[in-house]
Amino acid sequence: MPISREQVEKVSLLGRLLFSDNELDKMTCQLSDILEYMDLLAEVDTEGVEPMAHALDISDVFRDDEVRPSLDREAALAGAPHRDDECYLVPAVLGEL
Amino acid sequence: MSLIDQTAVELLSNLTSGNLTSVELTGAFLDEIERRDGAVKAFLHVDADAAMAQADEIDRNRTAGKPAGRLAGMPVAVKDLLCTVDVPTTCASRMLENFCPPYDATVVARLKAADAVLIGRTNMDEFAMGGSCENSAFHPTHNPWDMDRIPGGSSGGAAACVAARMAPLSIGSDTGGSIRSPAAMCGVTGMKPTYGRVSRYGLVAFASSLDQLGPIAQTAEDTALLLEVIAGHDLMDSTSVDRPVPKYTETIGRLLEGLRIGIVPEHFGDALDDEVDAAVRESIRVYESLGATVKNISLPHGKYAVAAYYIIAPCEASGNLARYDGVHYGRRTDEHDSLIGMYSRSRSEGFGPEVKRRIMLGTYALSSGYYDAYYLKALKVRRLIRQDFDRAFDQVDLIVGPVAPTPAFKIGEKADDPLSMYLFDLYTVGTNLAGICGISIPCGISGAGLPIGLHLQAPTFEEERLLRAAAMFQRATDWHTRKPSPV
Repeated sequence: MPISREQVEKVSLLGRLLFSDNELDKMTCQLSDILEYMDLLAEVDTEGVEPMAHALDISDVFRDDEVRPSLDREAALAGAPHRDDECYLVPAVLGEL
Repeated sequence: MSLIDQTAVELLSNLTSGNLTSVELTGAFLDEIERRDGAVKAFLHVDADAAMAQADEIDRNRTAGKPAGRLAGMPVAVKDLLCTVDVPTTCASRMLENFCPPYDATVVARLKAADAVLIGRTNMDEFAMGGSCENSAFHPTHNPWDMDRIPGGSSGGAAACVAARMAPLSIGSDTGGSIRSPAAMCGVTGMKPTYGRVSRYGLVAFASSLDQLGPIAQTAEDTALLLEVIAGHDLMDSTSVDRPVPKYTETIGRLLEGLRIGIVPEHFGDALDDEVDAAVRESIRVYESLGATVKNISLPHGKYAVAAYYIIAPCEASGNLARYDGVHYGRRTDEHDSLIGMYSRSRSEGFGPEVKRRIMLGTYALSSGYYDAYYLKALKVRRLIRQDFDRAFDQVDLIVGPVAPTPAFKIGEKADDPLSMYLFDLYTVGTNLAGICGISIPCGISGAGLPIGLHLQAPTFEEERLLRAAAMFQRATDWHTRKPSPV
């Protein structure tokens, strides 16, 4: 199935990506090519087939609830582009402060 | 034979016996990097002083009679997506250009505990997305056999550095062929272990149900040695499997009696280059001469593997890469007017075109109205692909075929055609979808002087079988000893 330019624009919003007009055109073309190829899957009879989300049949791996060493605050903040002594800093969420 | 041409097993024996110091060995590889990597560009980061200091410390400990680790003094290169404390870990992305992780990946911790010398960080396609190493945000890596050609990818630097003898061992990652394909293009041995065999803790995630770390080396023996060090259960990765790690290096010399090899006739179709076809068929005859029986098997859903893979992997990637928001670490834009604007601009500045394409593809396939038709459908096809392998392995011990349809192509050749790049993965993505293991070993050289790889696949947790089969082949042939001509 091809994808329209409008759909690509909407998906870019969901994926938090910005594209120029030229990039949007190119992305629409390339994604359409790829998605048309994916139509191949439609011919496979998957009636009653259980989806396989994972290669291993393991679930709910628990460990004892015990305290273990973890990153200290300074190490966790060390890579932050904007920070103060104890927090990550982000632009104001609710308008100007 | 010069020092750097020796196998890791030979070098280790010389280190252990005291005939060779780690300072001498590490120095020799650093010299080769200095001499050669200006052209090959396999590395993104080499800290020669740190490597030499580490080598010196290991030598001193040995002299002092302290216990030595399994790889004591052996240089190992690491793909630039394994977190390593205070060492740049960029994933070949502008997004992580200045990122130095605060913790070690389990594989890195195991290498350090084994007293390996971490000699450098190897180039890759950005976030491991690609099959040519051209998607690195910093520079492409060149194939040491022909500088105009790609080294394969995404672990292109990891394979090229072993081929060019700039490191004896290296760690790659394989989500859809990213170890096996570059190993084939560069004429080295590379294995994707079973999903869950090697801890993914500290591996920067691309597609979490498919990613697996593995060894790249000159020979099957060297591959076994490195796998033995990195494999095993890890409490920090709930998908790592708690079962003993066999002593691969002790059993690798044993012949596989009565080996049953399966070949898939569809793998030898129109997509396959004639020279690759001939080399693979000749390799199968080598196995026959060693006592193996060969039969045709069917993987009826094999032709859907690329389509299923290029839905599932981007879906998982779009979720995994949502973490790059310009807040916790990584790139943050200087210009923004709102929180959402900051996210979008930071991501658009930080990610390259292929990463953006996959985020878009995955976001679309997971979005309301398309989830069933794409993602869910692909997961069902994935189950059928796994069942095909299970049935095949009822009849044969190994599936043997080509790794890639052609030898290495020219840099830039497929740059504007993502679909043709994806189709290049047709023989390798099934292994990851099914979660089984596979290895690429050198099996020929094309008329143009380019290496050709042979693909062996085995059921889950049969790495020992793969390694023994690879070693059998390497005792009977000398393709793995060929190397690119020196600069």
